[in-house]
Amino acid sequence: MSGIRAQFKLQRDSFALDATFEAPMRGVTALFGHSGSGKTTLLRCIAGLERAAGSLHVNGSVWQDDKTFVPVHKRALGYVFQEASLFPHLSVRANLEYGYQRITPAQRKVKPEQVIDWLGLSHLVERRDPVSLSGGERQRVAIGRALLVSPEILLMDEPLSALDTKSKQEILPYLERLHRELDIPVLYVSHALDEVTRLADHLVLMEKGKVIASGSLHDTLSRLDLPTAHFDDAGAVIEAIVAQHDEKYHLTRLDFVGGELWVGKVDQPFGSDVRARVLARDVSIATQAPQGSSINNILNARIEEIRDEGADKVLVKLRVGESQILLSRITRRSRDHLGLVEGMFVCAQVKSVALMS
Amino acid sequence: MTLLTPEDLQAVTLTLKLASVSTVILLCIATPLAWWLAHTNRWYKGLIAACVALPLVVPPTVLGFYLLLLMGPQGIVGEFTRWLGIGALPFTFAGLVVGSVLFSLPFAVQPIQNAFEAMGKRPLEVAATLRANAWDRFISVAVPLARPGFLTAIILAFAHTVGEFGVVLMLGGSIPGETQVLSVAIYTHVEAMEYNEAHWLAGGMVLFSFLVLVGLYRVGGSWSKGAR
Repeated sequence: MSGIRAQFKLQRDSFALDATFEAPMRGVTALFGHSGSGKTTLLRCIAGLERAAGSLHVNGSVWQDDKTFVPVHKRALGYVFQEASLFPHLSVRANLEYGYQRITPAQRKVKPEQVIDWLGLSHLVERRDPVSLSGGERQRVAIGRALLVSPEILLMDEPLSALDTKSKQEILPYLERLHRELDIPVLYVSHALDEVTRLADHLVLMEKGKVIASGSLHDTLSRLDLPTAHFDDAGAVIEAIVAQHDEKYHLTRLDFVGGELWVGKVDQPFGSDVRARVLARDVSIATQAPQGSSINNILNARIEEIRDEGADKVLVKLRVGESQILLSRITRRSRDHLGLVEGMFVCAQVKSVALMS
Repeated sequence: MTLLTPEDLQAVTLTLKLASVSTVILLCIATPLAWWLAHTNRWYKGLIAACVALPLVVPPTVLGFYLLLLMGPQGIVGEFTRWLGIGALPFTFAGLVVGSVLFSLPFAVQPIQNAFEAMGKRPLEVAATLRANAWDRFISVAVPLARPGFLTAIILAFAHTVGEFGVVLMLGGSIPGETQVLSVAIYTHVEAMEYNEAHWLAGGMVLFSFLVLVGLYRVGGSWSKGAR
């Protein structure tokens, strides 16, 4: 069968990994959790850099089971480490081509020049000393180096976390393009919810060495029983298309299944896919369509679930149309004053929408 | 004023030959040993490391004494070499090589081990994810990254062998052309009150040592610069 099926057990002095998960062999699967939740260890087990008991099947082939342990260098993977870890004794080009030269011509699906062009590295490639590159540049070379082994799957261990904000902004567009344009499944370890909502399609949620949930990004983020719903920046993800530009007011209309949202002008043509994120704290609830409101986006919704959050807040799960979920964080007092109960039809007022791509 | 006598010249070439042969053998032994010490977690790692470092603290005469006993006709090694048909090793060039290698082992192992440890596992892991097998990783990543360590090891092992005296005297005596190396030649000159000859050789040694140290510091300098 295709896809990734992993099951690992590892006991360390201060930490135990006991993780089982499945992920599809397409798109970006995020291994998400706090630091110390075991997500990097799990990724290292998948790569074979760590030897845990268990089994691992990738795209129909056995990488590990009771009898087999395929060594790292024989696994068809690419790995991007947290720090770029370029070889300091090799030039930028030799770094890029290190793995490329170690696979057979028949295995090569991309050429160095394509990757160099694609990652915008042409002005750096003749540099002899990779230490002289900036953090963002080094990480781009590391990504290119991993892509040049034409991997069946790309493993990325928090590739942005060692970078400053500016370098992050420099790399993110490349990661998004990687996602859109290359047909390589990615396992992406991260502890940053905004990164994950921006890049991932599928989420594997980890806590204390265990996988506590896994599923599509949309479904997982809208589950109130998971810790992700209670993060300060918790929210829902909306996949939408660019439907209309309003030149006069400099706005763009995004259509999604079940509704539409007006956002600040988006520089993308009609029909392009965009991913938007609506934070729970930016959604308020009214029992009837508000009159004279400055808020542009008011969506009809049905209350699916209400869950207490701390002493003063509640988190409300709202369904808009058939399938779209929104989260709303309101005070417990508002819930009681408005008499909100599950099953009720309300108006969700969306104060702000963040465009992720 | 006499420059170097033929015997002195012979001592110089013998010394250089001894140091070169010992250094080559040392590299062959020290590299795998250093690799093992840098990567193992076995409980007896400390024991092996202590054995390697022993010549640093044991007086050379003591080392030479035990080697003399071991390799002599009544020693275990001596019987073994006789059984092999080589004969006893003391008072031969081969015996000197054995002694030198043991005596200089820590000077070769430790810089290489430090270099392997300093690079950490990450570069090797990166290479593994880039399809390099273990030998390939060692040759294409570990050795070039540990180059300063290797240079330091070569310089130290060579220089240390050139300068050794105690082990050589115990093990080799002072046979011209066979075991009379520079340091022993100087000693012999001084004993014979030939201070002039001793000066030439001793001065040469000082100059040589100075050049070695200059070389070492240059290697060390480029090491710290290229460390990241």
